[in-house]
Amino acid sequence: MKKFFRKYQKYIWLVAFAIFALLSFATGFQPGKAIGTNFNHSFIEMVTFVPFLFIIVGLFDVWVPKERIQRHIGQESGIKGITLVTLLAMLQAGPLYGAFPVAYMLYKKGASIKNIFIYLGAFASLKIPMLGIEIGYLGIKFTLARTLVSLPLFIGIGYLMEWWLKDKNFKISDGSQ
Amino acid sequence: MSSNAIIYISICAVLSLVSLFLDRGKTLAGFKKGWNMFKNVLLPFLNILILISLLLYIIPPSVISQYLGSGSGVLGFSVAALVGSITLIPGFISYPIAASLIQQGASYAVVATFMTTLMMVGVVTLPLEIKYFGKKVAISRNILNFIAAVIIGLVVGIIL
Repeated sequence: MKKFFRKYQKYIWLVAFAIFALLSFATGFQPGKAIGTNFNHSFIEMVTFVPFLFIIVGLFDVWVPKERIQRHIGQESGIKGITLVTLLAMLQAGPLYGAFPVAYMLYKKGASIKNIFIYLGAFASLKIPMLGIEIGYLGIKFTLARTLVSLPLFIGIGYLMEWWLKDKNFKISDGSQ
Repeated sequence: MSSNAIIYISICAVLSLVSLFLDRGKTLAGFKKGWNMFKNVLLPFLNILILISLLLYIIPPSVISQYLGSGSGVLGFSVAALVGSITLIPGFISYPIAASLIQQGASYAVVATFMTTLMMVGVVTLPLEIKYFGKKVAISRNILNFIAAVIIGLVVGIIL
């Protein structure tokens, strides 16, 4: 019984909400009906596009050889270097702290300070799966405006960090200590 | 059906067909990967949708537009930037929140600031970041990104 409960504990809000909504509709409880309708709208909105977005991301994942790109990236400089680290970052998924180990790897391979911080900026704000959801929820105009304004700013941060840290014996550790 | 659904289903269908034509095994692996990713986010996603539908009922739109709307000024920005910097909300969950905030009268500038600080500044993960980059660099990166996020919010607000 305890084991059963622990296994399904994560569904507790979902189940509680479903019971609440059903009871509200059965008894005609107005606030509950309004909340249930709210949920229904946003659920339909979500379920008609998010699964397809993930399928697209899954296909991307098998066709774009992320690991191979990662292996060949690092020491390029100039526009080419910036473009490559940005593209590599765009292919990733997950929260920002997932980018720190990759930053360490780039550092080990001799990437410039500038490109490492550009990678972090692009990782934070230009990941393709996230852009897909952003376009779906906030529209293409918002997404374009936000990304086009962000891009020069985090490239600028990259230059700034490099200018500041160039002669300062800057190191990235592997995060273990 | 919403235009979102039409666009994403069409893109998905075209890509799947091309991919199936090129390599059946790879395509199936891709489907499986995508589906698993979706399954992983489904439960937190549903929980946040429940929370949003409750909050939308409890908090009237007038309150949201008062505190986060275009007339909210410095207050709205500060709230958005602080909440965005401190909390650790996964990206995919923050978008429905952002969309409902806009629907309820929050301004684009405030929402852009919130989203950008959420993405680029991480107070909660700072200890981890320090392990990789050292104290000085990690803190500087967060401060610089915080400033950038506010600029992004302001400029996006002016554009839209």
